[in-house]
Amino acid sequence: MFKIDPARVDLAREFKAKPYGEHSPDLQAVLTVMRGLPIEGKHVLVMTEPHRQWTLARMTGRPPKPELLSNHVFHSLEEAEWFVFKLRWEQITGQPLPLD
Amino acid sequence: MTVLMGYADQVSVAPGETAHFMVSCDGPSRYRADIVRLIHPDGGPDAPPFQEEVIATAVNGDYEARVQEILIGSYGEIPTSPLFDALESFTLQAMVWPTRPGRGRQALLGTWSEAEHTGFGIGLDEAGALELRLGGGAGNVATLSTGVPLMVRKWYFVAAAFDAASGTMRLVQEPLGGSMFHNASPVVIEGHTDLQPTAGSGPFLFAAWHGGDADGRLRTSAHYNGKIDRPRLASRALDRAEMAALAQAAPTAGMASSTVAAWDFSRDISSEHIHDTSPNCLHGQTVNLPTRAVTGHNWTGEVMNWQAAPAQYGAIHFHEDDIYDAGWQPDFTLTMPDDMKSGAYAARLTAGEGTDAAEYYIPFFVRPPRGKATAKVAYLAATATHNAYYNNVGRFTAPLTELYQGRITVMDGTDMLPLDHPELGLSTYDRHRDGSGVCYSSRLRPASNIRPKGRLWNYCPDLFVVGWLEHCGVDYDVITDEDLHREGLDLLRPYSVVATGSHPEYYSKEMLDGMDAWTRRGGRLMYLGGNGFYWRIAYHPTLPGVMEVRRTEDGTRAWIAEVGEYYMSFTGEYGGMWRRQKRPPNHIAGVGFISQGFDASAPYRRTAAAADSRVSFIFDGVEDDVLGDFGAMLGGAAGLELDCYDAKLGSPPHALVVASSENHSNVYELVAEEVAVSHNATDATQNPDIRADMVFFETPGGGAVFSTGSIAYVGSLGYNGFDNNIARLTTNVLNRFLDPEPFEMPPQAV
Repeated sequence: MFKIDPARVDLAREFKAKPYGEHSPDLQAVLTVMRGLPIEGKHVLVMTEPHRQWTLARMTGRPPKPELLSNHVFHSLEEAEWFVFKLRWEQITGQPLPLD
Repeated sequence: MTVLMGYADQVSVAPGETAHFMVSCDGPSRYRADIVRLIHPDGGPDAPPFQEEVIATAVNGDYEARVQEILIGSYGEIPTSPLFDALESFTLQAMVWPTRPGRGRQALLGTWSEAEHTGFGIGLDEAGALELRLGGGAGNVATLSTGVPLMVRKWYFVAAAFDAASGTMRLVQEPLGGSMFHNASPVVIEGHTDLQPTAGSGPFLFAAWHGGDADGRLRTSAHYNGKIDRPRLASRALDRAEMAALAQAAPTAGMASSTVAAWDFSRDISSEHIHDTSPNCLHGQTVNLPTRAVTGHNWTGEVMNWQAAPAQYGAIHFHEDDIYDAGWQPDFTLTMPDDMKSGAYAARLTAGEGTDAAEYYIPFFVRPPRGKATAKVAYLAATATHNAYYNNVGRFTAPLTELYQGRITVMDGTDMLPLDHPELGLSTYDRHRDGSGVCYSSRLRPASNIRPKGRLWNYCPDLFVVGWLEHCGVDYDVITDEDLHREGLDLLRPYSVVATGSHPEYYSKEMLDGMDAWTRRGGRLMYLGGNGFYWRIAYHPTLPGVMEVRRTEDGTRAWIAEVGEYYMSFTGEYGGMWRRQKRPPNHIAGVGFISQGFDASAPYRRTAAAADSRVSFIFDGVEDDVLGDFGAMLGGAAGLELDCYDAKLGSPPHALVVASSENHSNVYELVAEEVAVSHNATDATQNPDIRADMVFFETPGGGAVFSTGSIAYVGSLGYNGFDNNIARLTTNVLNRFLDPEPFEMPPQAV
């Protein structure tokens, strides 16, 4: 099975530059791992102001429901995607992503 | 925290007709209701602002708040009868196929009352084993369990015999045969009690226990998940051979004197009726629409159509999360004024203040007076599709959502309503808690996702079309799928142009026939969406507001129907994709579903065919080759769900593909029905079939069809104040389609 190589910081840079749209096959493989995480504990976004503000949340319980992480508020979806990408990178590889 | 929600009993009303509005408001002591006409949805920063106008009506005002309850979970109910009350000894038996054994106590059948501890019944105990319960009044209860859990999704014969004279209770739990290996064993167990069950106030129920009264409605509990087939009730304790005789489809003559009821669920499958074949006529009805037309214990696998062998479809599949009608009391009733303009309306509810403020829209549509059109353009509101998506919970709880969406799952406050209130029920995109697909969806309950604000899907972006028509200043009527289903061609006949919303996915045969007939008689169809005309549905023959879909052998499916359960119970029609039933969307729209992806939208690029004089009107004043590289739905006009031209599937040979989208991402995958053999060239970066095709073709009788093949398309109409190439070319089409000058079918190419 494919495993994310923590040395491939170039893929993280690629994602940060363009979170939506066509990605390289190697980045797509990374995203498939990240997006395929189990629903329990998965990060989601709650639109706290229509189309203008999103708050990070985690799915918890059975059936799962979002638990707001109110200290993480975003004003663009791209910003939120990058934040969650970094969280998942560390969660899966065990190493923090050395990028802001 | 304020919890505010409601629903209406009508989705489409004409002037002079009446709609009742039901509201539940938890928190504040009062709420406010205003009738509004919706002019433009809240589409975010890349769309014109939200616009609604308050319509002065007699119902606008403040109301006393109250909480109304939803009693979810299906069951069968046989009214109270002296025949039940008179029983001293008895045998209860059935074939059962449990789908959640071991998940709490679950009722099978009997008069047992949880509220009164009276009556008798068999069910599954906490561990999933067969259990008999006898009640002699408060706290006076006798139980006997086999102690052996039933296996999930396996047919069993279960029975309980009680002999009042000896106080003997006997349970029989026998796995039925089949081709699957298993190590389940038959269990027979006996016990003794001095208790004699006493009659309570409740009815005889299947799949639930009497739980008392809920403001005049029956409260039920211990809902069973699974199938029940051939339930029987006898007036004495039968031995095993007698039980076998009673279990026959037609109980043998020797059993006649002991048979109290022999219910046959294979009768009246399309209805809510439960039929008792015994002379006692202990008939009843189902409540909250458990699934019918499901395979029974004796299904051979050689018959797929329940109408061909109803005796093999004598089961009903009950679910703890089935719901049909929330059954609330009306809060206010609006009779549409005679001069009420046809349009998209809602009852806007508001309650609470500050952080406790809540807002909720109950949408409805006002059609023109019956038998009369008030405009040449009709906007066809996709109420069938809206209904299919009612309270789509799986979108947020399914593990695959983020993979196929290609982005973090986003929800808003209203989306969370059905997560916090599962009694609101599910959509046809969900699975029941037992894993089986939800094939019925009713609009007689509050919906979280049918509103003009928030996340852009279906109802909300469909209003972009309303906003565009408003901007054009053209007169238009609003008609709905339910109207089209009932009235067919008659509904469409007066109109020159019909415009769809973003995603008219669900069509009954009556709807499709009406649309097809109209386009063959000079009608001009503007299909402004993606993945349209895709699933075949049925509306219930008598119950209002409920539709059925069976996600059968192929297609992009949120669940897959059980084998043998492909024919719809409401009508007996074969379910599934229209593509598998000789009527692919390509026939009526020129394009058909090819791919979906939800990370980013893309623009179209004009093709060489756009230079054809037949389509010069489309591009009048449009100089750009790149069309729709902007929009409120992921930044482009082509996205979310895409349709392409495909001659093999019946796209008209004379159709012109005037523009095609390009550069879709890896997230856009080929739809399942296009992949016969697995391969790895299925995403848009590698597969040229994945694109939205903008198509025009003429139809007989001087009509024409213009299709965009993309859900995102409508989100580009209002960009830059409607000053953009998508709005321009779409308006060009509208104007030409309004021109009575007939379109000429082009000669066949030779």
